[in-house]
Parts: sequence; C-alpha cells; structure tokens
Amino acid sequence: MTEAPKDLWRSNLPPLQLHVPEPKFRPGDAVDYNHLVIPAAGAQARPDESCAASETHPLCLDLVRVLGEDHRAVGPWDPKLDPETLRRMLRLMALTRAFDDRMYRGQRQGKTSFYMKCTGEEATSIAPAMALASDDMVFPSYRQQGILIARSYPMVDMINQIYSNKADKLKGRQLPIMYSAREASFFSISGNLATQYPQAVGWAMASAIKGDTRIAAAWLGEGSTAEGDFHSAMTFAAVYNAPVVFNVVNNQWAISSFSGFAGAERTTFAARAIGYGIAGLRVDGNDPLAVYAATRWAANRARANGGPTLIEHFTYRAEGHSTSDDPGQYRSQAERTEWPLGDPVTRLARHLEALGEWSDEAHAAMDLELAEQVKAAAKAAEANGVLGHGLHHPFRTLFEDVFEELPWHLKEQSEQAIRERRIKWPEWKEDNA
Amino acid sequence: MSEYLPMKKLNMIEAINDALDVMMARDSNIVVMGEDVGYFGGVFRATAGLQKKYGRTRVFDTPISECGIIGVAVGMGAYGLRPVPEIQFADYIYPGLDQLVSEAARLRYRSAGEFTAPITVRSPFGGGIFGGQTHSQSPEALFTHVAGLKTVIPSTPHDAKGLLIAAIEDNDPVIFFEPKRIYNGPFNGYYDKPVEPWSRHPDGAVPEGYYRIPLGKARVVREGEAMTVLAYGTMVHVAEAVLADKGVDAEIIDLRTLVPLDIETIEASVRKTGKCLIVHEATRTGGFGAELSALVQERCFYALEAPIERVTGFDTPYPHSLEWAYFPGPVRIGEAVDRLLKA
Repeated sequence: MTEAPKDLWRSNLPPLQLHVPEPKFRPGDAVDYNHLVIPAAGAQARPDESCAASETHPLCLDLVRVLGEDHRAVGPWDPKLDPETLRRMLRLMALTRAFDDRMYRGQRQGKTSFYMKCTGEEATSIAPAMALASDDMVFPSYRQQGILIARSYPMVDMINQIYSNKADKLKGRQLPIMYSAREASFFSISGNLATQYPQAVGWAMASAIKGDTRIAAAWLGEGSTAEGDFHSAMTFAAVYNAPVVFNVVNNQWAISSFSGFAGAERTTFAARAIGYGIAGLRVDGNDPLAVYAATRWAANRARANGGPTLIEHFTYRAEGHSTSDDPGQYRSQAERTEWPLGDPVTRLARHLEALGEWSDEAHAAMDLELAEQVKAAAKAAEANGVLGHGLHHPFRTLFEDVFEELPWHLKEQSEQAIRERRIKWPEWKEDNA
Repeated sequence: MSEYLPMKKLNMIEAINDALDVMMARDSNIVVMGEDVGYFGGVFRATAGLQKKYGRTRVFDTPISECGIIGVAVGMGAYGLRPVPEIQFADYIYPGLDQLVSEAARLRYRSAGEFTAPITVRSPFGGGIFGGQTHSQSPEALFTHVAGLKTVIPSTPHDAKGLLIAAIEDNDPVIFFEPKRIYNGPFNGYYDKPVEPWSRHPDGAVPEGYYRIPLGKARVVREGEAMTVLAYGTMVHVAEAVLADKGVDAEIIDLRTLVPLDIETIEASVRKTGKCLIVHEATRTGGFGAELSALVQERCFYALEAPIERVTGFDTPYPHSLEWAYFPGPVRIGEAVDRLLKA
C-alpha cells in the first residue's frame, strides 16, 4: 500500500477519512428498528394525477400507507377496492408464496439448479399487476414472478422453464426464473441488472410514437439503482416524458450488500425522482393497497401523457437472495421478525377480516387449496422432465436463434457438436433427445 | 438488380443519407435517433434533412448517453419499431456495450425468438482525420467476437447505401461502421497527396431508390493471380493503390460484412493465388485479422505458398501528431507485399 507523503502529515489539515457504509445489524445482533421513521397510515396527501411533478416530491421523503395498525384502510390513497378484488389480491399473493415454497423445495431436491423467492415482497408485483392494464408491457427484474401469476400465465409453463425441460418455451437456454412471456406482455428477463430500465423507456417511447394507449412498467432492486442504465433511463424518460412507471423494490439487501451501498444513508431511492424532475412516490411496499394505489396513480398519469413516475417500494427481503445464498452469514436473523412493516399477506388478510370478509379458517383452506394447485402444476411439469434428466430440447436448438438464419460457421459448429455426441454415444440419434 | 436503376453521383455521407431516406419512406416503423442527428442532421450530416421530412417523432436528438441510446433502441425493437441509432463516433460506443452485448445480441436466443432486436447501430469509425485517440478507433473486433451481432463495413458509396438498406431490413442487430476517412473520397493512404472526390470514382455512382446488397457477401474489387488481399473499409482503397503502384496482379477482396463472413469467396481466392495478405487499421493483437488468418490457415493450408501476412495498426492508442506513423499505410503494406512476392 502506498503511504501518504510525510510532509502531508505535518500540515494542519486533518487526514481525510473514507466512509465505508456498515449496516446496523450483523449476525447475532439484537435488532431495533426505532431509527426507521414510519408515518401513520392515511397521513399522506394524494396530489392530483395531473399535478406538477414537484408536487409529489414531498412524498419521495415520506411513506404512502393505507393499512393502519387496526387493519383498516384509511386516507386519500385508499383505492377502495371491493372485497372480491381484495380476496383476489390476497389469493394471488398467497399463490405466489405457495409457488415459491414448492420451487424452492424442488431446487433443494435437485430438480433444478437455481431458484429465487420473493417472500415478503409479493405485494410489489401482485398489486402493480392488478393496477396496470393487462396489456401494459412489463420489464421485470428477477423477483416479479407475481406478475405472471397475476396475469394468469400457465404455472406449468413457469415450472417447465424452471426445470429447463423439453416443454420449456425458452428451450432450456435461460437460468431458472428468467422467464419471457410475450403473450402476457412480460419482457424477457436479463441477469444483467438494470438493463431493462432503458428498454422499458424505449418501449414506452415507441408506444407514444405510434399513438398507442399502452404504457410500460419496469422493476429493479434498490442495489441496481447504482447502475448507469438506471440513470440513463431516468434521463430519457424525463426528456421525452415517456409513459412509463419505474418501480424500485427497496428490500434493503442486494445479496450481502445493504442498501447503504446504493446510497440509502444519504436519501431515499424515491428522491432520485426529484433530481430528474419527474414524479416520485415512496410507498410502504408491504401494504398491498398502498402499492396498488400508487401504481394506479402513476399509470393513470402516464396514460394521460403526464409522464413517468418513480415508485420506491419500501419492503424487506425475508429470505436469501437466491438458493445460492445464505443470509445468516451477513445479517441478523432477527431483522425479518422485527421488520416494522409486517408481512403483506398477513396484513391484507387482517384487513379483510376487519371488514368481516375473511377468516382464519378461510385462509387455512385457501392455503391448502393453493398448495394442491401448485403441486398439480409441478407434477404436470415434471412429466416433461427436470434439469439434467435427458428430457431437454432437441440438440439442434443449441444453435438456433443466435441469428434468424443459421450462418455457415454455426452450421459447422452444429455438425461438430453432433459428431462429439456420436463419439460419446454411438447409438445417439437426434430423435432420442 | 441495381444496374437497372438510374444512377446518381453521391459521396458516402449522401449515400447513407439516401439509404435512410429511402427506408424511412418505405417503412413507418423506422426511427433515427442519436446525438445531434435531428434538426442539425448529425455532425457528419448523415441525417441531414430527415427530421424536416419525417418529423420529430421519427428523427430526434438524444441525451449524451450511449447506454440509453442502445437500451432505448432495444425496447423500441421489442415494441415493433426498427430503430437506426447513430453513435456519433465508434470511440463513444463503450457505455452502450452491455446493452449491445448482453441484451441486443442475445435477446432472440434467450427469449427463444419471442423478442428480437432489429436494430442497426450506425457509427463512424477509423482514423486518418487527426481525430486523436477518441475519434479514430476501429473497434470492430469487439463486436465480431459477440455471438448474435452482425458487423458490416462499407468501402464505397454504392455499397454503403445497399448494405445499409440490407442492415436495416435485417431482423438481427447490426453494427454498421462507416469509415469516416472515405466519407468524401476514396483515400488511398498517400496522405501527402490530394484525395479524389467520389464523383470521379466509379463506385461513387449510386442507384436511385431502393436496392440492397446482401449481408455476408464479399466483393471482388479486382481479380488477380499473385496474392489474395483481404481488406474492408478505408484499407480496401489503400491496398488497391499500393498494389497498383507496385504493379502486382493481386486479387483484392472487400469483405463488406465481417459477420457473417463470406468464407467461400475467401477460400476460392486463396486456393487460386496461394498467398494471403490481410490489412486492417485496427490494433493487431486479437484483431479481426487474427480470425481471418486462422480461418485461411485452417481451410487453405495446403494451398499456401507463404506465411499469411497481417498488416494492421500498432497496439497503441491512436496517436494524434504521429497519426501517419500509426496508420498502416503504403510503406507497411508494401513491405508485406514484398515479403509475399519473395516467398
């Protein structure tokens, strides 16, 4: 390590100090979230959807909340959904959780290589999916499986993709959960973070160029807001007033890096909107009604040529980053239990109970039914094979779709791959695959 | 087909402008965007007049963000548009690399064809204009290395128009590098002599209207027996001048498209001549010449009568004052030609 020149130390100036953020709690620590400012539900103003962007900027440093401690929906952001819609929202969140549980176990049983749960964050994809039009184009990150579930995308197809089996519509090419579902207006997920943000802006600009009525919505985690793509997207969206809704799911952790490494010690993520001069909202991400209301506000604004909105969903990643992660190595396990904003499924269930529209018995029966539904889908998908068990796509598909047409060099490499296979398995024929 | 169309004399910028004009008139899904391309018409004037003709929602300026330009183009492509973004200089393309390499190039594959990226990224490249290290680079090998990208480099106004039209119509992402040293005339490497304008060159004659030159098809500039010369862009003209000066009966092949490469034309020529000279302006190590050399060696080894020669730029950043010491000009090419002739 290079030492500072000696004469510098003799000056009257204090030595400069590098600040390296450190989270409040590490494994084994007791957790106290008293430092988090949680305003009362219903206390936040709801500006008109056509307001100047600056009118929303106080909300970037606040927290929009609808469900209060008494489980009642209060204040101007209450979307006033009917009980049937609320039950549907609850059911979709519970179904997402049941799906995650089954797929997590499937990975542990060796049926696939990788899985990512969204436990505790279900509201940030189910509620927006319900608030958007079904043909609004979504550009998700890797933890928005709830959108496909809310859009009634066949669960068997999701599992086929996770198992990379012969029925996988993506031909076994993508890491599990990196879905693509054009029919559900769901863009192909990339493992390179934040790239979907400028793409969503481009889609929204195209929609505006064509005089369409559909808008775009994009998701990423708070950690990825540090990527250049995030800032390029904000600039383009602001410049062209693009009809797009940006969702930042602030679940506090980017693998083992806490939100401080994306700038959370200085300001909120919603506050990025202030610098770009676009509308911004900071929302209790575990309050499905607040998430729904914020999305609806932003979607209505975008659809009326009011421009983009950045929504920060303040939530907590209750589980590991993925099946390859062990959060016990870097954070206190008490964080999950102490999280002051609770659990979105529980909160919505309690709200329905408070309305006299739900019960523990109904909830238990629903959970059983959903577990059976997921189990049946998993069984149907397993009939198409699981990862590494031979029931994959025909061999030639390895070389297809690199280009629209197969150029000579890929034809040659394809022949080589088939030759290699016949050396290893002389009886092998493409038909056996 | 192009020979039946009426011809007009254009320089390469006008030919590119003409291609954009023809395609924008034919297909309302084509949009042109980039830094300074709108009202002003581009720093090299390649998009001059297009905004006035097609409106601000089809031809527009962008923020100075190559990541944003390419990323937005990918999203527009997913919607169904056919964007033709301009990156003002190839040297500026790097902030957009993730969007090109990880996104545009892989979108068809990773989505099994659900989404594609029918984008043509135009960008002036190459040196010889005293542009220093940030306005002179030839980064084509970074793109030929990426599965899923096509790389096209024209060397004449005639080809620039036909290839750009084919690139825009292609359903895969295309990197279209324009050799800016030959925008106005076929610079032949003799920097101390005046450059002829395109109006006096036969390939400055460009068909009017729509015509395309298929991607993946090389052009035999000159047939010959003494050696095969593989080149593209500016270096086609430099090699041609040097070999003519030396009176060497070389077969000169303008590759036009690096990926997909016209391997048949290359193989047939090297088998005939037994000698191969590869010329590019880009840096040497890991350059596209290395790929060409490997392919010729693998496929034509028993026809070769001499080691394959590579003439390239040096492995340094592109210098400013010593530009002509860097540039693979007549002396460097001449030395390699002499070695091949003696072998």
